[in-house]
Amino acid sequence: MAALPPAAIEVAGLSKSYGTHIAVDDVSFAVRPGSVTGFLGPNGAGKSTTLRMLVGLTRPSDGRSTVLGVPYQQLPNPGRRVGVLLDASAQHTGRTGREVLTLGAMLMGLPTTRVDEMVELVGLTPAEAGRRTGTYSLGMRQRLGIAHALLGRPQVLILDEPANGLDPAGIHWMRGLLREFADAGGAVLLSSHLLREIEVIADELVVIGRGRLVAQGSKHDLLSAAGTFVRAADDSELAAALHAAGIEFRPAGDGGYTSPADAETIARAATHAGVTLTELRPVDGGGLEELFLQLTAGDAREDVTA
Amino acid sequence: MTTPTTATAQRPAATREAGIPFGRLLRTELRKLTDTRASRWLLIAIVAATPLVVAVMLFVAAPEDLTFNQFVDFTQTPQKILLPALAILAMTSEWSQRTGLVTFTLVPDRRRVLLAKFTAVLALGLLAITVAFAAAGIGNVLGAGLRHGDGSWTFGLAGFGEITLVQVIGLVEGMAFGMALLITAGAIIAYYVAPSLWSVLFTATASLQTIAPWFDLNKASGALYDQDITGKGWLQLLVAAAIWIAVPLAFGVWRVSRTEVKSS
Repeated sequence: MAALPPAAIEVAGLSKSYGTHIAVDDVSFAVRPGSVTGFLGPNGAGKSTTLRMLVGLTRPSDGRSTVLGVPYQQLPNPGRRVGVLLDASAQHTGRTGREVLTLGAMLMGLPTTRVDEMVELVGLTPAEAGRRTGTYSLGMRQRLGIAHALLGRPQVLILDEPANGLDPAGIHWMRGLLREFADAGGAVLLSSHLLREIEVIADELVVIGRGRLVAQGSKHDLLSAAGTFVRAADDSELAAALHAAGIEFRPAGDGGYTSPADAETIARAATHAGVTLTELRPVDGGGLEELFLQLTAGDAREDVTA
Repeated sequence: MTTPTTATAQRPAATREAGIPFGRLLRTELRKLTDTRASRWLLIAIVAATPLVVAVMLFVAAPEDLTFNQFVDFTQTPQKILLPALAILAMTSEWSQRTGLVTFTLVPDRRRVLLAKFTAVLALGLLAITVAFAAAGIGNVLGAGLRHGDGSWTFGLAGFGEITLVQVIGLVEGMAFGMALLITAGAIIAYYVAPSLWSVLFTATASLQTIAPWFDLNKASGALYDQDITGKGWLQLLVAAAIWIAVPLAFGVWRVSRTEVKSS
């Protein structure tokens, strides 16, 4: 443990209840410098409440959190260390995009040239920056919000649903931006309720459902934990072989099976029974989705078992 | 490719960063009072109302009424109505426009933000009051020159202070209501309607009439307007101000410091 760099964000036992409703229940995780951590969960799982507690906008009922080693409120000029975007639409509709950034730069003590740099970085045209935010599309607001978060050259980014409203090209752009930020040693925590979105951006995952932590780890680990996909020249022979070896499996959508067992165990069973395999690999991207659905099925608002 | 996004080379401990000086916070809050169309129009209305009133008076008032005292009296009225609206909006817009999400993230010490807003509103208010006095003075000179008005400058030095105090009371009361209610419409209604209902209650009830000045801020501050405030009057003003200003102000500061800042 000693070899690991200190966490940029540390959340320890955070809880928040409103009367009898428990919005966040004993959530702990850490975000290390150089990584993009996805904070994943269905709507209403407690992601936003957790992020608000992290930056001091909501008082936790229990637990604590630190950013760069100190409680957020103790940062003397938080904008210079932590870029925060909690709701891109929470802007005065009468202010222009440039004015929103100018106010931020002024408060953080940055030169106004920084405003133009950020406008350019997030791909807003000067004309768009000069328009009132009330006229912005959600995608433009997200870009403005990200520009605002990056103003103070922070070391840590905390973004709530930043990909919301971005088109695929926009999501691709953001992935590049956050990747670059993390590669330069920054730490990113971003939330999403869409696995697809976070899958392309994050390398670490923290998954919550109904306020509780349900999984965390590297995307790679969680992905392989989803199991193995196997297909044979004759699927029914394969099924018999797996059954005989006592390996759990279930049919995949269009032929073949998925199994929690690893590739080697399955290969041995197939070889033993003389079954010819045509495909044997970790369950691909969809597997993470399956994992997400499984992990959150009991916690989601909609019935996802279908 | 250069990356202007981050600066993540070794940096000193996060707590050793220079803080945000109050002056910078104040400048930012002042700018926020003037950088939207709505706030700009309100300020234009506040500043333009005074010369407008002066111009109307120059045309319609009887020459013997064209005194500095009268000009001040009439120019204060629109200010007395409009300045508190500025004060209310300064406090509620962070919540109604949800900008508090950004403001209180950049400055976690919310009482510091409130103090900056308070100072910014008072500064703009005092500027508007100064403009009003100046406009009244110009009106008096023009009245004497153009319409052979009375042109009297009789106006006690204390008058400046007392009129200013009336306006400052309105500003602070507006901010207190804004902080306590955090909803623009609610605060505006409460500010403009509640005191009137209160006045009706105290004026219409015979047994309450004598004690009204102790509880009715309008009545208590009326003596300031008429520039005949007595020792007892000051005491009444203090009591009424405690009820209408100190209580909502204390509650408002407490509420803003504790309330959860949410996006919806």
